[in-house]
Amino acid sequence: MIVEASVVRFDSIALDSGAALAPVDVAYETYGQLNAARNNAILVLHAFSGDAHAAGISPETGKPGWWDNMIGPGKAFDTNKYFVISSNVLGGCRGTTGPASINPATGCPYGMSFPGITISDMVRLEKMLIDKLGIPRLLSVTGGSMGGMQALEWAVAYPDRVVSAIPIATTTRHSAQQIAFNEVGRQAIMADPDWNGGDYYGKQLPGRGLAVARMVGHITYMSDDSMREKFGRRLRGKENFGFDFDVDFEVESYLRYRGSQFVGRFDANSYLYITKAMDYFDLTNGQGSLAAALAPAQARFLVISFSSDWLYPSYQSQETVRALRARNCDVAYAELPSNYGHDSFLVDVAEQTELIRGFLANTLERAS
Amino acid sequence: MTAVVAKQAFVRELLGRSDYAIIGEIVSPGARVLDLGCGEGELLHWLAANKNVDARGVEIAGEKVRRAIARGVSVFQGDIDEGLADYPDHAFDYVILSQTLQETRQPRRVLREMLRVGRRGIVAFPNFGHWRVRLSMLASGRAPRTKLFPYQWYDSPNIHFLTVEDFEALAALEGLTVERRYFLAGRRKVTLMPNLLAEVAVFLVSR
Repeated sequence: MIVEASVVRFDSIALDSGAALAPVDVAYETYGQLNAARNNAILVLHAFSGDAHAAGISPETGKPGWWDNMIGPGKAFDTNKYFVISSNVLGGCRGTTGPASINPATGCPYGMSFPGITISDMVRLEKMLIDKLGIPRLLSVTGGSMGGMQALEWAVAYPDRVVSAIPIATTTRHSAQQIAFNEVGRQAIMADPDWNGGDYYGKQLPGRGLAVARMVGHITYMSDDSMREKFGRRLRGKENFGFDFDVDFEVESYLRYRGSQFVGRFDANSYLYITKAMDYFDLTNGQGSLAAALAPAQARFLVISFSSDWLYPSYQSQETVRALRARNCDVAYAELPSNYGHDSFLVDVAEQTELIRGFLANTLERAS
Repeated sequence: MTAVVAKQAFVRELLGRSDYAIIGEIVSPGARVLDLGCGEGELLHWLAANKNVDARGVEIAGEKVRRAIARGVSVFQGDIDEGLADYPDHAFDYVILSQTLQETRQPRRVLREMLRVGRRGIVAFPNFGHWRVRLSMLASGRAPRTKLFPYQWYDSPNIHFLTVEDFEALAALEGLTVERRYFLAGRRKVTLMPNLLAEVAVFLVSR
């Protein structure tokens, strides 16, 4: 299945910061067919470094989408039954307007003049896309990590537009630890002289800083177990230590490779803006209880966490579930056993598939 | 104590269980139902499909939770000894404890909690006072093992053993109203001496 991204342009969007962005583009892909009743649409929301290319093979890169194991005929999000939409987030660098986009006022990339953004800004833009596609109500909104934050935000911000939400490996607010890891990544980028106050487009990219940021990220996406299994203390292409600070261990080689590969596909300023949006995210806005914040939600929920995920630990999902139960919302919750840490929702999908398949089938049955 | 006079001597089994048949009879259509220790959600699935109830469940075993969700039942993975605190008062019309009370750490607290979050409670449990249990212990001098209590003492999920009389006493102590009581031996309804003859008891209680 070869899929191509489409881009839709809107005149402007008002942001939580008070600023506005005009115009604003959204890159998106769709899979499957919208049915006549227009009640089989599912919005899939990507995690921090993802993009609109969630499934199928991209003609541009020749690569499968980030959730290709979950979206397609017969898969969890069965494209024989459902119409799946995936868009790149606001502030991203893969087709949707972000800091690398040209500011029409200056003719130059926004860089650090790009306005600060929030998760609810991202969701507002996604809502504009869903309106444009003529979808009255989404059968489901779903995503892992930052995608899960958006799914929760959708359920609260547009309760009459979502029948169900499936937030996976996520939280209603970033913890100090989550903010801390993001801040290390941001500082690594800003400490790179090539970052140059965010003005590096057409020049030397802040590749060293961005690579280090990504290395830290990858550590947080894995688990102690999965790293031991994958790398152990194995040396990379040598019998003895080099005593020269070049790569000794497999794990060093892996992180360096992942870091340098990331530089080719991700914009450093997008890294700054999007991680900040995640850190700002708090469904309660710092006021009142989570149950009160979730009060508008009408959707039924399937909440999933993974046993080895220490970046978005199960207790955060359980907090969400408890608050939903306090509202007497229809919520199912399972903690899935997996060794792959936060990455589990991307790589360890057999059980996740079973849950989602059953949940969606039942939700569609009720909605019809 | 008076047993409910059975209109029919036998109950039809539901999903292979006679206590489910009784529960399926008690629950009114369209009700909000919470099943504590719901296993793979078979009963809730049946109640949703046949009685159009709003069905929720709590189950501790991960694999069972996954099967329940996969069949479309909204189940929360958690411990019923602790897990009811989040629900508001009277969130449900019925809270079901089907063959689970004897597995909880704090049955009295669970009973109280179920009648806080539910208007009515349906409690089904295996009767430890059944004559076979008594005989087994008397004859062997060891922890009784019967068809109803098939486990070795060291791997039994049952940690609080109760009889029909014990439940009646606890209900009285808690000031609960027993609205209906059913006693079963296999598929047969028991009308006489339920403490001795009933294998399974089903109580409908309210506060």
